[in-house]
Amino acid sequence: MSDTQKDVVSDADAQPQAPGEQLAPDPRLLVRERGLMGYVEDFRRRIRGGELGSIPVVIGLIIIAIVFEAQTGTFMTPRNLSNISVYIAGPGIMAVGIVLVLLLGEIDLSIGSVAGLSAAIWAVLSVTHGVDDVVSILLAIAAGAAVGTVHGVFFAKVGVPAFVVTLAGFLGWSGVQIWVMGEEGTINIPRDSWVRDFTDFYFSDISAAYTLAALITAGYVLLSWRHERRRAEAQLAARPLTEILIRGGLVALISFVTAYTLNQHRGLPLALVLFLAVLLLADFMVRRTTYGRQIFAVGGNAEAARRAGINVARVRLTVFTIAGALAAFGGLFLAGQGGGASKSLGSGNLLMNVIAAAVIGGTSLFGGRGWIWSALLGTLVIQSITSGLNLMNMSAEIQYMITGAVLLIAVVLDSVSRRTQRTAGRT
Amino acid sequence: MTAAPVLSLSGVSKRFGAVQALTDVDLEIRPGEVTALVGDNGAGKSTLVKTIAGVHPIDSGTIHWKGKPVRIARPHDAQDLGIATVYQDLALCDNLDVVANLYLGNEIRRRGVLDPVTMERRARDLLDTLSIRIPSVRIPVASLSGGQRQVVAIARALIGSPEVVILDEPTAALGVEQTAQVLDLVERLRGRGLALILISHNMADVQAVADRVAVLRLGRNNGVFPVATTSGEEIIAAITGAADNAVSRRRSRAVPAQATPAADAEDTTADAPEEAP
Repeated sequence: MSDTQKDVVSDADAQPQAPGEQLAPDPRLLVRERGLMGYVEDFRRRIRGGELGSIPVVIGLIIIAIVFEAQTGTFMTPRNLSNISVYIAGPGIMAVGIVLVLLLGEIDLSIGSVAGLSAAIWAVLSVTHGVDDVVSILLAIAAGAAVGTVHGVFFAKVGVPAFVVTLAGFLGWSGVQIWVMGEEGTINIPRDSWVRDFTDFYFSDISAAYTLAALITAGYVLLSWRHERRRAEAQLAARPLTEILIRGGLVALISFVTAYTLNQHRGLPLALVLFLAVLLLADFMVRRTTYGRQIFAVGGNAEAARRAGINVARVRLTVFTIAGALAAFGGLFLAGQGGGASKSLGSGNLLMNVIAAAVIGGTSLFGGRGWIWSALLGTLVIQSITSGLNLMNMSAEIQYMITGAVLLIAVVLDSVSRRTQRTAGRT
Repeated sequence: MTAAPVLSLSGVSKRFGAVQALTDVDLEIRPGEVTALVGDNGAGKSTLVKTIAGVHPIDSGTIHWKGKPVRIARPHDAQDLGIATVYQDLALCDNLDVVANLYLGNEIRRRGVLDPVTMERRARDLLDTLSIRIPSVRIPVASLSGGQRQVVAIARALIGSPEVVILDEPTAALGVEQTAQVLDLVERLRGRGLALILISHNMADVQAVADRVAVLRLGRNNGVFPVATTSGEEIIAAITGAADNAVSRRRSRAVPAQATPAADAEDTTADAPEEAP
């Protein structure tokens, strides 16, 4: 991140000589030295500068795993880990939407209600009215998108704070959810529904998980190798091949160990595949498209974005649409997990868990800073804690307290690192 | 020195409700020249610049671009002509890196996808040709100093290869060294044949880099002076209107080198109509 062209192309760098003064490098230039010490130095500088990124959450996950394994002895079993990988899908997909909203510097308090509403719409359409299953699913997601658009219009066009709009939505849509459910308290999933498959289908052939792991690894190495080669051709600082391979090895290690663990239980869950697909798509959108760049710009400085010709209202509106659609999609997973739609689906601490997940994963509450993968990391933390405490037969109140404490720690880290960054910037 | 003006305004007026912000203002901007635009608070500098930048369309008068009459109704029109504006409050996104800020709104894409490599290479080349030194083009703008941010903001305006660059108080919040860096950059841009409009309250800056000074007072032209042959006092007199009355004309005849700003009481009361929001 903080390397300059100096560390790879020192001789090519010397050619555009402007008169005299450019010869002496500024002593404050952030030049990364070569070799291992360079990386250590770079790392230390980032920590000091408050760029913690995902380090705290990874450390947190390791601590959680060690503590619960020591307490229960069954936490690290393939069965438990596989279950966690299924349970994270629903809240995780919703968290992707929240990450997008947080990048704008806004908040969406309605996603729990929207998730419940979408599950209710799907269930009533498909079970009560006999509409085709896939059509019902698509309509439920479309309803979520429409709800998100309504929030977006009130926020971006009318100018009501997003907090208030979505708070109204939080109450209003859960009312609509109960109204849609009508007489029924709960509607059970029919046996052959896709919604059941979302969380109950496993690719039991062991080759599926390994193929996916291989694809992910190969894709990562190939894409980053191509990218770094283009950078080197353009005479920019490029990661050396060894670094790409080390990173690729790390990706391979994680994906193959995960694949192996999943194969020990029931195979590769469809839920995880869908969640990964959402993550990859969203990550691509955020980092590699103009639209993603615009989201960051609006979250960082809306006025600057407006002057740069970005249609700020359109970006805001569409982000809320996407968040609504993802909340609806995630809601269907929750319905699948819970065996059907109910009047209370999506209520309780779901909303807070999803927002907490996005923040714990390293996306700032203050807008403009974060990455999509925090949805995965944060949801993993929350779900691991829930699952571990369940294994220890802890009651719900303890779970609430511990999740609350973890969220507080995450927000404190966010605030402190923001402050450190600001002071470190003043050099 | 007298190239044909790239941009010329004649008889431009702008009114906000009850406030006549600009009245019959003429201005000529020539390539390879720095035109300083000075005036007291509320004199209409910012309004004038905003009419050129397309933020406030003019009510009457004409704008000629390279001799042809044009209409600038939206910021986009100004950008299409080749007018770039660097606003006083920088308008950079702190959370984005230098490259992303330079290309914000003009991202380079390759097969529909952002092309960070080309953007970074061109950003580096641009900064190199301008002899701008910043730690790295890939660090967030938040960690740059005030002067570095200012030069990044100016470099950002150059991305679309404009012919006229408007700088709104580029040195207002900068230290001595940083001010010098920005003024160096202004001179380099002039050397590349750009027409620059420099708004400033700082007479030292104006005299250091400007070729001509256009003075606005209460929304009207109050003279255009060649910097080389004009003293700072004369400019200040034109800004404050001190040269407008018999008393100060007598006094300046008596004590040649000392103009007296704010000599007349009429001045302070007449300044009341503030610039439009």
